[in-house]
Amino acid sequence: MNEAVTTKREFGLPPPRSQWWDVWDQFRTHKGALAGLAIFTAILLAVVIGPWLWPYDPTYADLRSRNAGFSLVHPFGTDQLGRDLLARMMAGGMVSLAVGMTAMLLSVVLGTLIGVVAGYFRRLDGPLMRLTDLFLALPLLPLLLVMVMLFREALSRRFGPETGIFILIVTAIGITSWMHTARIVRGEVLALKEREFVLASRSIGTPPRRMITRHILPNVMSPIMVSATLGIANAIITESALSFLGLGFPPDFPTWGRLLFDAVDQLQLYPSRVILPGVAISLTVLSVNYIGDGLRDALDPRIRGR
Amino acid sequence: MFNYTVRRLVVAVPTLLFISLIIFLLLDLAPGDPMAQMPLTVPPEVKQKMREALGLGEPIHVRYLLWLKQFFLVEPLHIFDSLLGTDLAGDAQRIISWQTRSPVADIIAQRLPQTLWVVGLAYLVGVLIALPIGIISAYRQYSVFDQAGTFVSMIGYSVPPFFSGVLVIVIFSVKLQWFPSVYDTTHNVVDWDSFVHQLRQMIMPVMVLALQTTAQISRFMRASMLDNLNQDYVRTARAKGMTEPTVVLVHVLRNSMIPVVTVIALGVPTIFGGAIITEQVFKVNGIGQLLITAIYANDIPMVQTLAFIFAVLIVLFNLIADVLYGVLDPRIRYE
Repeated sequence: MNEAVTTKREFGLPPPRSQWWDVWDQFRTHKGALAGLAIFTAILLAVVIGPWLWPYDPTYADLRSRNAGFSLVHPFGTDQLGRDLLARMMAGGMVSLAVGMTAMLLSVVLGTLIGVVAGYFRRLDGPLMRLTDLFLALPLLPLLLVMVMLFREALSRRFGPETGIFILIVTAIGITSWMHTARIVRGEVLALKEREFVLASRSIGTPPRRMITRHILPNVMSPIMVSATLGIANAIITESALSFLGLGFPPDFPTWGRLLFDAVDQLQLYPSRVILPGVAISLTVLSVNYIGDGLRDALDPRIRGR
Repeated sequence: MFNYTVRRLVVAVPTLLFISLIIFLLLDLAPGDPMAQMPLTVPPEVKQKMREALGLGEPIHVRYLLWLKQFFLVEPLHIFDSLLGTDLAGDAQRIISWQTRSPVADIIAQRLPQTLWVVGLAYLVGVLIALPIGIISAYRQYSVFDQAGTFVSMIGYSVPPFFSGVLVIVIFSVKLQWFPSVYDTTHNVVDWDSFVHQLRQMIMPVMVLALQTTAQISRFMRASMLDNLNQDYVRTARAKGMTEPTVVLVHVLRNSMIPVVTVIALGVPTIFGGAIITEQVFKVNGIGQLLITAIYANDIPMVQTLAFIFAVLIVLFNLIADVLYGVLDPRIRYE
């Protein structure tokens, strides 16, 4: 190992780099993606670390300081029950981001599984792709609403109101958003299957399971990563939409969509309460979309290095 | 081409049947109960009678087939009757809403015009704005206009309608007081003043919806134009001495429109059902709002029918988009 490095040095070659350094170099040239990454990291840190540092509890109602405006004590003011809005925004962001990431994970795992299986095993291709088409033809938002409405009682009885709704919303979003990932992954797998290295690997008797984990999956990582970032944005918007329609988390459990929904009634008097969670949602989604845009360029070897 | 269309139509039938089964089962097996709101003083046997009166006593496959018959046979016949004044349907059982006890189709027919007016107009406006933006963005790639267009469409993708809607209410309705924040569906257009009022109340929902449409379609238009601008036939056209407007607006535009037209067709089903959130924000009394109130009220026949109509529209316009693609692009020939 050491010898190889020194030989390369002697010939004046740059030290070896992994593929991810190239990806990072390309990613850095995309200004929007870099800004998106910075903003998303800042939001993530504020939401995760913020509640540890901020002295107010999001559910503590201080009735003497109701409807306070912006001040040093309450930077975002307080709501009609005197609860500190900064604390509520941080708590709400935690839930929204947790829902977004878990639902994204579920949908990416599901989509990758279906895409790889459909692309690799010819016999399953037809049925699985018809299933994907079927899911694409379903009216998704109405069905999501119906699912949440119908199953919320049963699940909150079994797992408690918060965990139950969390499981319900994450599952509902996850199983209604895997189709695009599955289609993209299937296309990539179909192309990969014809390549020589797959043929070579098959000719030495590699079983399908090892073939998929060793040769197929690492090569379809880039489209999966792009659709994962876009999946976070989609899941956050869907969760907020459900909360906004009053079918999301229970009232005393803040999420960004719920905070927005609660504030719409006092729109005329306190517009800032609507704008703050709205800006938080939009900024998160915007930054995630920009990251996805940059990632798509950075992971495309045809663009990289230009 | 004709064969292809027929084959797609034939394939669409089992797809739709399967979707209808999913929708039916999802609603039917779910633990919601239409009798849940009844007072506790109602004795159980009366409750059982009411359940049977709602048609819940039958086994599940009987109810599913009955619903299919009502949806595909009885309701179309009724629509036919009311249009032509015939009496083909007779007094066959129609799909009845549990909320209002009136036929579901009648309520949908009452609500549809509002949705079509607001959402359809927004879609039209969005497309009309998006096309020039896409063309200019592609023609002047990486210019300031292109960068601004990219940013605006990113915002259109990222700002959800429940926030952009509330935001324009805060700006135009609360602060500036230009437009009313609630859409008045009982408003009749009789003269110039009421027409102006109608326009003013439509501006904000149309604006919010059009932003989303514009964001998507302008991106497609741009990408499609960029694909075509570097083709050899464009260079040939320029070499023949054609003016720049002719090259771009006739040769390139016509070829670039092919995928865009199909994308526009794919978006049409959302006109009928997709604006649920925007209708809720502006209190537009349309189909989306009807669905929400039906879901809240556990009105299962209404939800089933609406969800299935949306599914039919999605399948239908997918088919139309595919057929259009074959008609417009001579390189694509379906066997």
